[in-house]
Amino acid sequence: MHYTLCDCVMDLIQNSIEAGSSHIQLNMNQSADSLEVSIRDDGCGMTDDELKRATDPFYTDGIKHKHRKVGLGLPFLIQTVTMTDGQFDIRSEKNKGTEIDIRFNLANIDTPPTGHIVSLLYQVLCFQGDYDLTAVRSLSKDGGELSYQVNRNEMLDVLGDLESAASLGLLRDFINSQEEDLLS
Amino acid sequence: MSKMTLEELRKLREAKKQEAAQRDTEGKDTLVIVGMGTCGIAAGAKDVVDALLDELKKVGNENVIIRQAGCMGLCHVEPTVEVRSPGIPNTIYGNVDAEVARKIVRQHIVDGRLVNKHVYDKPAADIIEQ
Repeated sequence: MHYTLCDCVMDLIQNSIEAGSSHIQLNMNQSADSLEVSIRDDGCGMTDDELKRATDPFYTDGIKHKHRKVGLGLPFLIQTVTMTDGQFDIRSEKNKGTEIDIRFNLANIDTPPTGHIVSLLYQVLCFQGDYDLTAVRSLSKDGGELSYQVNRNEMLDVLGDLESAASLGLLRDFINSQEEDLLS
Repeated sequence: MSKMTLEELRKLREAKKQEAAQRDTEGKDTLVIVGMGTCGIAAGAKDVVDALLDELKKVGNENVIIRQAGCMGLCHVEPTVEVRSPGIPNTIYGNVDAEVARKIVRQHIVDGRLVNKHVYDKPAADIIEQ
């Protein structure tokens, strides 16, 4: 089971990257009692049948690990959401992509801690692969909404690479400064 | 910290690049791979990456390449970290938390000594202290 909500989100983004997406859109909107996350990718997608099986913990496509019989990413998320009165919806079309909408209920006592959003954001940007990712993080409070956005290609352009500790450190500082500004 | 603009970030990057160019870093490149499958994430690999970055910044070695991989197939000892450092055989560490990650930076990457208790895939029996 994942310890934080950010861990669940990271797992889903990894799915999108492994599905060969060229662009992934991640939106995270937080209010006092909910965290709404949506993920849109243009990866390989799933047929209705595959989609049904993807939510079964005792199913995996067997591509990554030949002898393995479990796949836990989506089942972990579904468990977390159903335990805590949240909402979850997944739609997918073969060769088109996958869309996931989640509403974590922050008011439920059993909802795991949100986790560290900054580390989630910089880590989903620096997986290996040729994909673009746009993350929009927003916070609704006192009737207003504040937000910032990070784009992977833009960061690659500014930083040169997203692999060296120097670049990753700068990326983290950058996102941290956006997050601090949001929360202040 | 005030909100950083893309232009400020670009300038910082240039400064870092010049700093790195002044150091003699040839043949000293280290590659660190962190397992980030469902198993790794569940076991806390996100904190490990964070700690690695933080400690590398502290010791001033920022030429290290950090890659986030999928599952390494060693789910029972996640989080796992593989270190490929010149002069030392490639080593896979298991049960790595933030504290062990910091040790890997100071001991393995900087000093060139294995963090014995967490070596999962033994590079050679005779260089591990029991």
